[in-house]
Amino acid sequence: MVIGVQAVQSSSRTTLVGVAVMTLDRGMGSNATVASRAVPDELSEFLIAVAERKDRKAFIRLFEHFGPRVKSYLRRLGVNDSEADDLMQEVMLTVWRRAEQFDYRKARASTWIFTITRNKRIDAIRRERRPELDPNDPALVPDRDDDPSEALSASEWRAAIQRAINDVPEEQARLLRMSFFEDKTHDAIATELDLPLGTVKSRIRLAVAKLRRSLEDLR
Amino acid sequence: MPHHHPSEEMLLGYAAGSMNEPVALLVATHLALCPECRRGVSAYEMIGGEELESQAPVTMASDSLVRVLDLLDEPEVSAETSWPKQIRTGDMRLPQPLRDYVAGSLDSLDWHQRGGIAEASLLPDRNSFKTRLMRIKPKTAIPEHSHHGSEYTLVLTGGFSDHTGHFLRGDVAIADPAVQHRPVADADEDCICLAVTDAPLRFTGTIARLLSPLLQR
Repeated sequence: MVIGVQAVQSSSRTTLVGVAVMTLDRGMGSNATVASRAVPDELSEFLIAVAERKDRKAFIRLFEHFGPRVKSYLRRLGVNDSEADDLMQEVMLTVWRRAEQFDYRKARASTWIFTITRNKRIDAIRRERRPELDPNDPALVPDRDDDPSEALSASEWRAAIQRAINDVPEEQARLLRMSFFEDKTHDAIATELDLPLGTVKSRIRLAVAKLRRSLEDLR
Repeated sequence: MPHHHPSEEMLLGYAAGSMNEPVALLVATHLALCPECRRGVSAYEMIGGEELESQAPVTMASDSLVRVLDLLDEPEVSAETSWPKQIRTGDMRLPQPLRDYVAGSLDSLDWHQRGGIAEASLLPDRNSFKTRLMRIKPKTAIPEHSHHGSEYTLVLTGGFSDHTGHFLRGDVAIADPAVQHRPVADADEDCICLAVTDAPLRFTGTIARLLSPLLQR
């Protein structure tokens, strides 16, 4: 939201993403097919094309890339198949309608679409509101430097985030994912993995502390 | 800039979307006052983006694309609740999103005064959470209490102190169930706080024990 990320067309990005995918798939079982897939650089470009000229072809490309992943993410969070289809369609419709709010200097397409998916799920499944700050609120305390020239480039950002993820030991990363991205309680994780509750709590605490230290330079 | 922040797990929980609404409201309001934590949440949202990107694609319902394409030119039916309402007027002591939750002004709330402390309840329908705004007169002590669960307090005006420190606008105090504390408001002005408790308070002083049934409603 705050950190400026410049769109940089970089050939190393594809490589980084390849590494990213393999890393994140660790411990998740049967996702080997994903590891070989590289994310096209154009995703942000497609989003900009939708924002600037309501480009349907670009939207279809976004749909083909993100639709199956948004649905997959929702399924992992326990949303049933038909509800996941409906919600995914709502997410993609919101991508179309709000595309002009996407700022490629501040976020990647996947980050932005993740936040839409997250909020839709909270609205529709948890039936709660998602409290969000308003970046243009007069009461907001502005950041000391919002100067994009000082910010890391997109590829530097990616590399740093990847390093941070890689630095978390495997068994901790798994608990982190279950707790935060699969919305499971510490009790549920302890039961599922047959670990003492105290171990679950301490590993998650360690993992978060590790992430925090790795991300320190970015904050 | 605030000196007391939400825990790292709270920032990650907020970014990932696994956090309940009352505590998320407190975190989001702190974020409006704390650029440092905003940067932290941005980093965690990028991790969320990586999570999404790394999902194994699954088969969509065969008519998914057609259905969405059919809707592209339709006007939006209803306002989307999760987007900022962007009301930029009202009481600026209450940053968004809190201002939305009090309809722009503290006067819209139903305040209950007890001694030097006034309380107004927010999100009353959340079973296991008690969310309230508190307005504490200068130098007033909040009755000594401990907790069944955790208590999160965000300062909006004035300040207070307890044995863990001094808290001013934007600061978040976190008291876990083991902590017994007795916060005292600063002398110079009313202290207005957003307080979220994930289990009812348990008052520990003698007089407070007598008052407890009244205070806990």
